[in-house]
Amino acid sequence: MAGFKVIHPGILSLLQDAGRYGWHGIGLTTGGPMDRQAFRWANRLCGNDDSGSHNNSSAIEVTVGGLVLEAEGNSNLAVTGADIPLTINKQPAALWQTHRVKSGDRIELGYATQGSRNYLAVTGGFQAEAIFDSQATVPREGLGGLHQNGQVLQVDDHLPCPESGQQTPLLRVPEKLRPENNGSILLRVILGYQQHAFTEIQKQLFFSSEYTLTQSCDRMGYRLSGAQISPSIDGILSEGICLGAIQVPADGQPIILLRDRQTIGGYPKLGSVLSLDLDRLAQLVPGDTLRFEPISIDQAHNALLLAEQKFAAARLETVHV
Amino acid sequence: MSDSKFDISIAGENSLIVYFGSQPDAHIAAQVSQTAEHLRQSLGDLLIDLVPSYASLLVIYNPLQTDHYFVRAQIRSATQNLPEPSEQQQGKLVSLPVYYSLESGPDLQQLADNASLSVEQVIEIHQQTEYRVYAIGFAPGFAYLGEVDQRIAAPRLATPRQKVPRGAVAIADRQTAVYPAQSPGGWNLIGLCPEPMFDPSASPSMPVQVGDRVRFSAIDREQYLALGGVL
Repeated sequence: MAGFKVIHPGILSLLQDAGRYGWHGIGLTTGGPMDRQAFRWANRLCGNDDSGSHNNSSAIEVTVGGLVLEAEGNSNLAVTGADIPLTINKQPAALWQTHRVKSGDRIELGYATQGSRNYLAVTGGFQAEAIFDSQATVPREGLGGLHQNGQVLQVDDHLPCPESGQQTPLLRVPEKLRPENNGSILLRVILGYQQHAFTEIQKQLFFSSEYTLTQSCDRMGYRLSGAQISPSIDGILSEGICLGAIQVPADGQPIILLRDRQTIGGYPKLGSVLSLDLDRLAQLVPGDTLRFEPISIDQAHNALLLAEQKFAAARLETVHV
Repeated sequence: MSDSKFDISIAGENSLIVYFGSQPDAHIAAQVSQTAEHLRQSLGDLLIDLVPSYASLLVIYNPLQTDHYFVRAQIRSATQNLPEPSEQQQGKLVSLPVYYSLESGPDLQQLADNASLSVEQVIEIHQQTEYRVYAIGFAPGFAYLGEVDQRIAAPRLATPRQKVPRGAVAIADRQTAVYPAQSPGGWNLIGLCPEPMFDPSASPSMPVQVGDRVRFSAIDREQYLALGGVL
């Protein structure tokens, strides 16, 4: 068994697999990567399961940056996501590309210059015992991660992974396939839930206004500020909340609910953001702006299937060293 | 066009939500549970998860394997043949021991004073109702039980506590619950339950599920400690 030692965990580094599914009934959230596309690319680069299923290997989600690791064996690793300085033994190394490391190598992530989340995957995935079928770390619930107790990565943690041979190809995601981390994005919304509690004028206001991401943004949800929209009802009987739901509390400022969202809640909701666009949202930082655009459920399914096809058909470049 | 006798709405790209009514009651709670059970069978691998709540059921499906038309049809069929209230299967009955006291229930005296009842009466009334598990959420294993007798219903505290102990038995409006773990909370604390409400290493990890019935029964300090309770 090879592995990595955590020299510095950075701001917030979490072990994440695709998420914890099937346990909403006892109040557990899903967890999982905030930028699922970047997470899947990192696994693809390392030759791991990158399918749309829930079986993806565990990677480290690094928020903002600062993670420093020391290799404890031969491994292949790749970093995807935000633009961030990556060095291996102080030598700059490319993102979106596989690298071979050996015992004693020092892998350092600086701080994101554009975007905010990175994924560091290794061939074979990080090994940790699953709890409720998943390694996804949810600190609020005290579940998942290296010790199954929801703890974020700490100094001196040892992250085991399988030893990987020198034969596996080194790969690179072609530039044109990498998502862009611009500061301003358009989020596609499927109207639903209590949408009828919002008048046409309120909806038009919502879809024609620019919103700004506030400081209140974590893995549970992102609070926005901008045009105030007011539903005709204050609250509802608590009900199930799906990924990307747009909740509007009494102050009229929308909150988009994300991977670590509470499973039930009683605020009116206008609909939900397309998951593909949540990956872009996950890369924004406070002060960045965004807009919304309504799409139908059929357009949403079409977009999901096309994205899946495109990902499956994508050919990676081979890196010659 | 009406989809079924219940309203089925889109929630998101992979989710539909079924509304069974506007007010929770035992009949609706049973319908929610039965529909959930039916869909678990009929959707199989197409189902990602279900979130049953007071009067609704969120159905999360795999949008790469099926679509909302098919899932709607399955929901229609699951909700069309729900048995009448009289023939409904009752959820299992779970009895939870509670050490009610001023020592273990710091809000008991205040609640009794506000309700113009004695502490003993509040304890008695809390045990008289057979509660229904309406929803589970807020935190792993947190079960919302209803409905609390109107006489001992009490609004949430104006200032929530930073620390509510694990096992705290509490009332908020017409709901009651047992805190599964230490957490912040604004409910009125009336006692302590020694039984774990959420144990990741146990199977099942919770003693109750949505649709089950719960009764509380008073135990004394010694029994509470003997059952593993902590003060």
